[in-house]
Amino acid sequence: MGSPVEFDLTISNDTVAGQSVQERIVGHMEELGYSSKDLFGVRLALEEALINAIKHGNRMNPQKKVRVECSITEQRLRVAITDEGEGFKPEDVPDPTTDENLERPCGRGIMLMKAFLSLIEFQNGGRTVVMERSRTSEEES
Amino acid sequence: MSTGAQRRIDVDEIGNVTIVKFVDKKILDETNIQIIGNQLFSLVDEERRPKIVLDFTNVEYLSSAALGKLITMDKKVRAAKAKLRLCCIRPDIYEVFAITKLNKLFSIVDTQEAAIQSF
Repeated sequence: MGSPVEFDLTISNDTVAGQSVQERIVGHMEELGYSSKDLFGVRLALEEALINAIKHGNRMNPQKKVRVECSITEQRLRVAITDEGEGFKPEDVPDPTTDENLERPCGRGIMLMKAFLSLIEFQNGGRTVVMERSRTSEEES
Repeated sequence: MSTGAQRRIDVDEIGNVTIVKFVDKKILDETNIQIIGNQLFSLVDEERRPKIVLDFTNVEYLSSAALGKLITMDKKVRAAKAKLRLCCIRPDIYEVFAITKLNKLFSIVDTQEAAIQSF
């Protein structure tokens, strides 16, 4: 069984660096014995959050950076991801499940993050997303 | 797309039905998703395949960017008056379709056989 982990790092604004930090976080959760259901939800949420930061926040600008602050205990994962973009208002993102938006090929990332996380908060004008996922108990998984 | 681009889907034919299997377990990486999208779209745009089954047996993870490509694929299929079915989606992934209500947009069946028979 692994130990609680805490780290704060700044990565370059590319998806390969994003994948790498994602693998690191999921790897630590595996070591701490989180269920496959927890790993699935966190991997998906991290992917969406990192793509949002790199692509939509920093607009693929290689001069910009993404900060990832992470804390994983046996009971809970908490990650804050901050980009250097202009921010956004989460309430301005249209609901992708309405009839008129259902066929739009984008806009589902935040919805999936909300569904797979215990808590999601946007701070710093939308530049920071704070995500938490509590360990799923054995009865729930 | 260069001719050397790695094939990210396996394409088979059963009668006049095209069976497409995804090579990747994780359809997450943006570059990969772009390539997968282009390879799917060419089945409709260039090869004019009339009946297409997307088999998700290998797929363990899939992001919203991948859903976007599937939606565009569905539009192209309908515009070409072709037909599309999705099958063999594991429960975790099906949840992604259900949360986003895309299970209403796509025809999703359990098995490849059921998909073929549904045309």
